[in-house]
Formats: sequence, C-alpha cells, structure tokens
Amino acid sequence: MSLENYEIVIGLEVHAQLATKSKIFSWSSAAFGADPNTHTDPVCLGLPGTLPVLNTAVVDAAVRLGLAVGSKIRQRCRFARKHYFYPDLPKNFQISQYDEPICDGGTVKFRLHGETRAIRLTRIHLEEDAGKNIHTDGGKSLVDYNRAGVPLCEIVSEPDVRSADEAAEYVRAIRTLVRYLGIGDGNMEEGSLRCDANVSLRPRGATAFGTKTEIKNMNSFKNVRDAIEHEVKRQAAVLDGGGRIVQETRLWDAGRGVTQAMRSKEQAHDYRYFPEPDLPPVVVTDAALAALRDGLPELPEDRFARYSGPVGLSQQDAGVLVAEREIAAYYDAAVAAGAPAKRAANWVINEVLARVADARRLGDADVPVPPAALAGLVTLVENGTLSGKLAKDVFTRMWTERRTAADIVAAEGLAQVSDGGELEEACKRVIAAHPAEASSFRSNPKLMGFFVGAVMKETGGKANPKAVNEILRRLLG
Amino acid sequence: MIDVRGATAVAIADGVRAGKWLARDVAEQYLDRIARLDGALGCYLLVDAEGARRRADAVDAARKAGRDPGALAGVPLGFKDIFCTRGIETTCASKVLRGFVPPYESTVTARLGAAGGVMLGKLNMDEFAMGSSNENSSVKPVRNPWSREHVPGGSSGGSAASIAASLCAGSIGTDTGGSIRQPAALCGVVGVKPTYGRVSRYGVIAFASSLDHPGTFGRTVEDGAALLEVMAGADPLDATSIPAPVGRYRAAARAGREGSEPLKGVRLGVPDEYFQPGMDAEVEAAVRAALDELARAGASIVKVSLPHTKYAIATYYLVCTAEASSNLARYDGIRYGLRAADARSLEELYTSTRGEGFGAEPKRRIMLGAYVLRAGYYEAYYGKALRARRKLADDFTAAFAGCDAIVTPTSPVPAFKFGERMGDPLQMYLADVLTVAPNLAGIPALSQPCGFTRAGLPIGLQTIGPALGEEICFRVAGAYEARTKWHERLPPEGAS
Repeated sequence: MSLENYEIVIGLEVHAQLATKSKIFSWSSAAFGADPNTHTDPVCLGLPGTLPVLNTAVVDAAVRLGLAVGSKIRQRCRFARKHYFYPDLPKNFQISQYDEPICDGGTVKFRLHGETRAIRLTRIHLEEDAGKNIHTDGGKSLVDYNRAGVPLCEIVSEPDVRSADEAAEYVRAIRTLVRYLGIGDGNMEEGSLRCDANVSLRPRGATAFGTKTEIKNMNSFKNVRDAIEHEVKRQAAVLDGGGRIVQETRLWDAGRGVTQAMRSKEQAHDYRYFPEPDLPPVVVTDAALAALRDGLPELPEDRFARYSGPVGLSQQDAGVLVAEREIAAYYDAAVAAGAPAKRAANWVINEVLARVADARRLGDADVPVPPAALAGLVTLVENGTLSGKLAKDVFTRMWTERRTAADIVAAEGLAQVSDGGELEEACKRVIAAHPAEASSFRSNPKLMGFFVGAVMKETGGKANPKAVNEILRRLLG
Repeated sequence: MIDVRGATAVAIADGVRAGKWLARDVAEQYLDRIARLDGALGCYLLVDAEGARRRADAVDAARKAGRDPGALAGVPLGFKDIFCTRGIETTCASKVLRGFVPPYESTVTARLGAAGGVMLGKLNMDEFAMGSSNENSSVKPVRNPWSREHVPGGSSGGSAASIAASLCAGSIGTDTGGSIRQPAALCGVVGVKPTYGRVSRYGVIAFASSLDHPGTFGRTVEDGAALLEVMAGADPLDATSIPAPVGRYRAAARAGREGSEPLKGVRLGVPDEYFQPGMDAEVEAAVRAALDELARAGASIVKVSLPHTKYAIATYYLVCTAEASSNLARYDGIRYGLRAADARSLEELYTSTRGEGFGAEPKRRIMLGAYVLRAGYYEAYYGKALRARRKLADDFTAAFAGCDAIVTPTSPVPAFKFGERMGDPLQMYLADVLTVAPNLAGIPALSQPCGFTRAGLPIGLQTIGPALGEEICFRVAGAYEARTKWHERLPPEGAS
C-alpha cells in the first residue's frame, strides 16, 4: 500500500510556558535568558524542608486559556506529584496535575488552506518546568535550574489531527492564542512553546487506531512538520513491509532529518502519581471565573470573522492581520483614528509589516509610526491632499524621521495640487513644449500617459492625476 | 543565680526579662552541662557554643538597651536536627545529608530566635524521623536519662531526653505518628503536637508531608505552651498553614491551676479502644489514677468510642511510606549532601549515593512507599488508606460531639531496652498504636508525665483535642500537673 491508503492520526501535547513574573511555586524570576542558576531559590531547587506555594497568576492564565478554547473549568482541582529521577528535576518529582486538571475539553480552531479546522482538546493542566542539563565537551554534565519551576500549561489534544501541516498549524494557533491572551510568548526556539506528537497510521476506513509512537524534540514549526512527515513515511514503510509498529518514544534529529527510538530503559516509567500534600486544592470562585471571562480579549478567530465579514477584508488580508494580537490592535487603532478599513489594511500589510522583523513590536509604545499617525497619512491620501505616489515616500520619512504626515507634507510643500487654474497653466506649458505630440494626440489617445507624466514632472509629482487627466482631455480634445 | 537543673523555660525567661540573671550566664550553665553530661546521653548532634553565646549576648544587650528581649528571652533551646538552620549543618541524623548547610532558616526556629530563644545546638533523632526508639540515628543512639539501658523513644529522642536531663530548657521536635508524644512519655516530659497547619512546616525536612507536625517539648505544660505560642500562626511560605489567630496557650495552661475544681464543666472522653490487651499493667494503672485525679479536678469522665482505631496503624504506614518515598527522592547526590565517589554513570551515582546514604529504616519505607504507589495499585493501597483516614477523622468528630477532650495513655508500654524491638519492625511500629490517629486526623494532642513504673521509668498521659483545640488540651494538662508532682522529679545525674 502507498501513503494514500493510510489515514494519519495525530494527537499533540503542547507545553506552553506561562509568562508570569515569578515561578509557579516560588519567588525567583521566571524570565528566560539569565546566567545559569541565577534565577533560583531554595524552593525551586527542592532543598530539604522547602514547600511550594502556588502563584495564583498561573491559575488565572490557565483559566483564561481554558475559557478561550471553551473548556470546562474545574473550579476545584488538585496538583499531583509525578515521579522520575533526572538531574534537571530537583525533587525527582514534578508537581503536575493528574486526575484533576484545571480544564477539561475545549476546541482549538484555526484555518488550514482556507478551511476552518476544529481540534478537540482532552484537557489543559498546570505543572512546573524542569531545569536543563548541559553536557560539556570535557565530558562533564552541568545543570542550570533557572527554568526549574517556570510555570507550564500542558494542552493535550484528542487524536483529531490528520496531517503534518495541520499539526504545525494547530501549534501555531495555540501560539497565537497564548500571545493574544498575553499569558506566554510562545517562542518555540527558546522552548517557551514545546510540542510532542503521538503519531499512528490506520488503513483508510478503519475505526480502530493503529499503534502510536511519541515524537519529541521538535523545536520549531518546521520541525513539527518535518518530523511528523518523516515519521508517517517511516511507519508506512514498516506497515507496507508487513512489520508492526513498536509503541515507543522517538526523538527528532533535525540535523539528520530522522526520528530515532529512545533507549527502552528511558521509557519504562511508572510515575507513581499521588495528590501533592503540600498544596491545598485550587479553588476558582464563581466571581473569579466571571471576572476572568469578562477580561478576555477579542480572540483571533473572532477577529478574523469580523475582518472578513462586516469589515469586508479578503480572507487573505484578515488572516495576516489576526496573526498577532499586536498587528490586529495596531490595525484597529488606525481604523479607530479615522483610516478607512480597506485602505488601512493595505497600508498595514504592505508598508508597516514590511518594516518590522517581529510584528509584535507594533505593540511597543515607541513604534516609529503609531496607528494614529498612519491614520493621518491615509486620511491625507483619501481626501486628495496627498497623492498615492508621494504617500509611500512620506510614509518612509515618517518611519525614519518619526514625524507626522501632515508635518512632512506642509514642510516640504508636498500637498497635491488640485487647483484648476494652477494645473491648467502647467498643462498648457507642457502642451506648448510638445507641439508634435499634441497634434498627433487625436489619432493616438495613448499619448495621454505621456502628457500626464510630463505634467506630474512639471509639478514635482504633486498634481492630482485625476484632475490633470480631465484638463488635458479638454485642452487636447 | 538560678540553678538550671530542673529549671523551667518560663522561669528563665522571667528572670532574664526582669534582669535577675543574664542570658549569657544561663547559656554558659547549659553549655557546661552539655559538655559534662551529654557524652553519656547522646542528645546533641551539634553544639553551637559560640553561636549560643552570641545569641545570649544579643538578648542581654537588648534588655540593657531597654528593648523588649522577647517572650522567650534567654531560654536555651535545642532544635531537632530536622529543622533547617541557616549556616548550621542540618542532617536529619542521616549520612545522606552529612555536610548540608541550609542557606535558609525554618519559620519555626526563626520565630523562636526572634522571641529571644537561644539555640544551643541540634538534637539527635531517628534518621529522617523514622523510628520510635532513636536507634535509627546514623550517628549514635540517644540514651534515656532515667535509665541508660533504655531507649528515649523516638523519633524526637534527643528533644525529649535533653529536657529530662536539663541539657536545654525548651526543645522542638516533629510528630508524624507520635514522634513528640511517645518520647515525651518515655522520658517523663511534656510533648505537644498541635493541629496540622497550626505551625509552619517551612524549613522542616519532610518525612510524610500530610502527617508531619512540628511541636514543642518542655518540663511543664506551660513551657510547652509558651514555645508553641511563639511558633504558631500562619506562614506565607507554607500553603497548608492555618490563618486562624493563635490561641492563648500559656493562659490556658495557667487556668488549669486555678481554684479547687478548674475543670468543672469539662467532659473528658475515654475510649475503650485505647485500653487494649497488651498494655502494660503499670501504665494502665497510672492512667486510670490520672483519670480519677482529673475527675477530682471537676471534670466529668465520659465513655467515647473511636471504632476505626484498629485501622489506624495500617492506614498510617500506607500514607507515611508513600509520602516518604516521594519526599526522600531528592537525595540523589546531584546538588547537596552525600555524593558517592567514582560513579561511572548517572544510574550508578543514584544507586550508590542512596545505597550508602540511607539507613535500613528509610530504605524500608522508601521501598514500601514505592510499592504502595505503583501504577495499578494506587486504589488498593493509597486510595483505600485515604478513605480509612477520613473514617478515623470522622470518629474523632463524632466523639467530640460528646466530650471536650479525650484522655488516653500515650504509649502502651514504658521505655524498652536497646535492641529489644530492632529485629522486628512490626513490633516497633506498634509503639505508635495510641498516637498515630491524631496525626491522621490532624488534631492536637499532648503527652505529660503521669507516674513512674516500679523500675523508675516514666509513664505518659495523652490529652487529645478537637481541631484548633490546643487551649482545652493545655487547660486539662495544666490542671492535672497542678495536682501532681511527677513533673518535678528529675532523673539521676551521671548515674547509669
């Protein structure tokens, strides 16, 4: 059988770090990138006698995520200890959630090749991150515990994903959501968003699941796609050859482009879960739940529906604008400041986004052209003060010089000339300078372009092309 | 100058606060006693003489400067070596923690220090608080000051023996299944286990998190109450600590001394389940006599029933081993404490460190706990134990509908001899039979001396209160103490 004869079945476990100030159970900073072992304290190091105390900001973040995907929020839930020995795990158990996750169910929606997809969630639960082992060239192993105790929420999907592309888009949708909610930065390269995939194949039409493998170590969207694609091909080849898939954990080796089985010893875990006795149950009151629900921002898919529906943008443009909360917020602010919706979308997509490496910078207070300034420029074009051609140059100057469009237009005398008398004089001068072309105009109307160009040149580009057209047609016709 | 032998903590504090004697002089006397007497008893794992002098001098300086030197001004204290002390080695009497110097202070010891208490040193114990005889210390056994062939009880053996032998005026311990009350009974001193959450566990090295109760030892009920009053109260570093205001424990202990019938209107429950065959006849007789004394103090004695008592030991050993196997997982040689030399792989580092570092009892409990929690068996063991625990707690709730406090023996037997029970862990575990249920229920209980055997070994009386009912326990115990002289008896000095 070839690949088309199999249905691909994928379930994903996404770990999103929550961007709280301090760690989930202690006071040291949860920020990324500090010198090794400087963001630590006795609790996150699991020193004897220390006790975890829950950072409630973490609960709020998980509840917001749960509400955003329509989960059922468990208003009373518990933490549990998950045991395994590893040097990066200071207590040799991880405080996680087991039989009482904070969120049950839910759906992550996104678009794939223009179609809306909805992947069901099993659960979302909270846990602490582990530290990081570093193996030196000298054969020594070091451990950095800065990451130990950074809050994580694990988002577990049902086996609803049907392709590697869809898996990557699903993870991207979670990243967008996490960023919209302001609860994490979703950076796969820095590990603040991580993903494991359970992959299996079954003959098309079959209802029972095939044996799955778990793929780990995919630290970019491209990795997710490539790893799953490779694993699907590998499994298909095994099945085609009459073999059986072994249930195992496989690591993606991005350098070699293959998945490889972990040693079976590393997989034989009995986590010996039991309720964490040092933490009382987590309680989310009705009032707290209502407040968190009221505080939810407009979510990406709702924004998409608004832009592509009532606002009237193309699906393509709407998709670009909702990709990051900061783009959409920038766009909405420009429209609120008076820019017409479609024109503003073009400016944001073609000019503004082209000038920032990371679109999230549009949320910065010192963005060179704030949304209101963009609206000012678009309005000048819309009311005919500035020609569309000059507007692009003006925008460039706004971006580099941090000046408003009105300021640049006034200072440089760039206002579009629509005044009939002034333009007529310019047209007459041009016609007089080109008698041969003028006389052949009737037989060759294509010369209109030549004359308009000449008038624009004569007026330094400030002439209103529509008005010039009318005057020339009258004078030459 | 006060003679510190037999001195109470409150008498020392009163004298220091009043300027009758210097904290420094008091500390020197205790340090001298430790130097002379502790070699034969083994109470201390570490004596911090310089630190003690510095702390005592600070108390004296505060008083001279007109500042309040604190409720426990100049009281020499011993801390069970399970309490983390900043800058001072803390080992839980285990090889695996040898050399561990915490960079932080437990909430309890910080509060005692802030109240003017003067820590003399760290006290011996059963390794990781696992044991009932102090024979499980990896360093040395503690000897019972009343008879050196006998155990002091455990696991807080050093804490109890050091009070009996006047090697400190107040001490602290932890009680997971009786580890304060049983050694208090066997050494003839007062031992107090408060309500779960009443005292912060921050900085107290965990054995079984849901059962560990930090508490106090003193020569008198008021001493035990005075230390508790300082230690108790909510702590932002312990999520299981209780926010309720701290009771007036010393006042409750003193109230028991007032009038001819200080317990008038108090109903004391006596459960048949705590007087079972196998109990030592002298212990039973002493406890029955104590009940008569309490009746003469005005209390009415009522029968209560705690029908699930027979499940307490089994329940306790399921819960405590499960939690212990988890809490002791962190001792792996990676970050602190013992690291086995010459390990060639990570797995070997783990197995050698833990193999060399833990004694037989922690190993036994880690294995039992790992078994209890293994996949597929959780419901049969741990899940069932949690349900039994609920039933045991419900027993107490029902009993307290008909009484204000429950009075029982603390230990069914007086101190036993070294080696007598070491070969039989089950027999050793039964030493806790009368003390574990209050831990499972999280309710307060204390032990106080109520007599001596003909051989001269102390006998303990246990008073159990409802949740946050420390005050009624102190009141009952204070009344009994005021009518008896047991607490005034001192063990022989320097004799065997």
